Amino acid sequence: MKSNNWTEAIITGLIKSAGYSAILIVGIIFIFLFREGSPAIVEVDLSSLFNLRWYPIEGYFGILPLLGGTLLVTIGAGLIAVPFGLATAIYISEIAPRWAREILKPLVEVLGGIPSVLLGFIGILVLAPFVREFLHLPTGLTALTGAILLGGIAIPTIVSVSEDALDAVPKTYRDASLALGATRWQTIWRVTLPAAKSGVLTGIMLGVGRAIGETMTVMMVTGNAPVMPRGISALFQPARTMTATIAAEMGEVANGSVHYHVLFLIGIILFLLSLIVNIATASVVFRQRKRAERILS
Amino acid sequence: MNEIVAPETNDYKIVIEDLSVAYSDGTESLRNINLKIPANSITVLFGPAGGGKSTLLRTLNRLNDLADVIETSGHVWLDGKDVLDPEHDTIALRRKVGIVFARPIVLPMSIRQNLTYGLELAGKKDNGEYQKIVEDSLIAAALWEEVRGRLDDPAISISGGQQQRLCLARVLALQPEVILLDEPTSGLDPISTGKVEASLYELAKKYTIVLVPHSVQQAARTADRAAFFLGGELIEYAEGKKIFTNPQDQRTEDYVEGRFG
Repeated sequence: MKSNNWTEAIITGLIKSAGYSAILIVGIIFIFLFREGSPAIVEVDLSSLFNLRWYPIEGYFGILPLLGGTLLVTIGAGLIAVPFGLATAIYISEIAPRWAREILKPLVEVLGGIPSVLLGFIGILVLAPFVREFLHLPTGLTALTGAILLGGIAIPTIVSVSEDALDAVPKTYRDASLALGATRWQTIWRVTLPAAKSGVLTGIMLGVGRAIGETMTVMMVTGNAPVMPRGISALFQPARTMTATIAAEMGEVANGSVHYHVLFLIGIILFLLSLIVNIATASVVFRQRKRAERILS
Repeated sequence: MNEIVAPETNDYKIVIEDLSVAYSDGTESLRNINLKIPANSITVLFGPAGGGKSTLLRTLNRLNDLADVIETSGHVWLDGKDVLDPEHDTIALRRKVGIVFARPIVLPMSIRQNLTYGLELAGKKDNGEYQKIVEDSLIAAALWEEVRGRLDDPAISISGGQQQRLCLARVLALQPEVILLDEPTSGLDPISTGKVEASLYELAKKYTIVLVPHSVQQAARTADRAAFFLGGELIEYAEGKKIFTNPQDQRTEDYVEGRFG
């Protein structure tokens, strides 16, 4: 009896420590980021940080163009990936015949496993020239090219997670809805999608999160010019994201220099950005939902 | 081409003619069923599991289209129109022929929305009559008193027995002509079962009810007419009083008296 209690305590302890260590690691990462990034606020005055010019060698540390570049490319990618991803998930889960589903689902998951550097390669060789010629632009390395590729990266995640969520909706719901005289589409829109809402939103969040954090592809295809995006035309010009900036410059920067601290400050902003995406999604998922409904989904 | 002519339906709401259904895994679920179901009464389909009762129910509103059916032959005449005709509008059919399943399947929305869902789908705008329909159908399903104060709560938050009556009310809200019930009380306690049965007696005055009961006792209690199914075949079909007291077929007698099943 006593030994039983002991093993019980040990197992509980292990599970607990696994859970807390996740929180701890996030905390440590943030402390590290903060320690390396916060001096930048003192070393560079705010007017310089919120300048529109990023030219570190001359002492211009305006991060707004980088933030703008990230937002532009990410939102563009989201606009591409969410409709396509959702439509694909709905097709696979609700409409496709069984044999098509059994081919499509693994295929999409393989797609998600393609290394992003490879996609960047394809972007440079195929997509960028296409964009240049199709839109008659001086260069094909634009924010749009990055958005399309990032969208492609986010789609498999969105499809895979939302398809799982849609698939988990009991078949009986569909029967009940159809029995009340709903068409297939009405059933998908009014019953299946709302029932799978939290899973679908999680998929979108993970997909968009991956797009924000993606580095290699955007570095290769967006042209990397730190220009502040102004209006819709910015899509057809080169842009530079925060991740690409960190990746490109971190290797050449002197440890402890102003430039080094600013790069970490950009890291903090990225971290906060993905935190905001997470919190926003969570608040949508849990808003106005009663316990009973949450148990259900 | 042979012109298919509907048989004289007389007072029968549904006339099933030589109906066979086979599933793709090779099991034949129904064989040459002939059955006439009168309006404004309770017709009970009973027999041991796997006899094809549920298949028959789900064929009546073409919900079986969704299953792995390989072949359906024969005719199901509803008011003189063949339900199995591929041209038949299944959406309209399902509004006219409602079904309540064995387990309560409330949709993941509020109680009120569960009731108005079908109406909205039917393109019926809410010009103030929704509230009356909600109230009327809940009263008919003997649920109004219990949920009147919390119509906007999630439907999943009420008890299983209440959920099942909500499913019945949901069907009634569409003002159907036929109500199919597939073991509607199998998951319910005796008191809830009593309430559901009581509302069925009341509803039978207005609707054509086809019920698959969950026990012989329930079959005997509720049946105006009863059909005994065994292994996909219709063995005997007669008035309720007759089939449960003086069955003609030996197999029916064995089953009714509890010698098997």
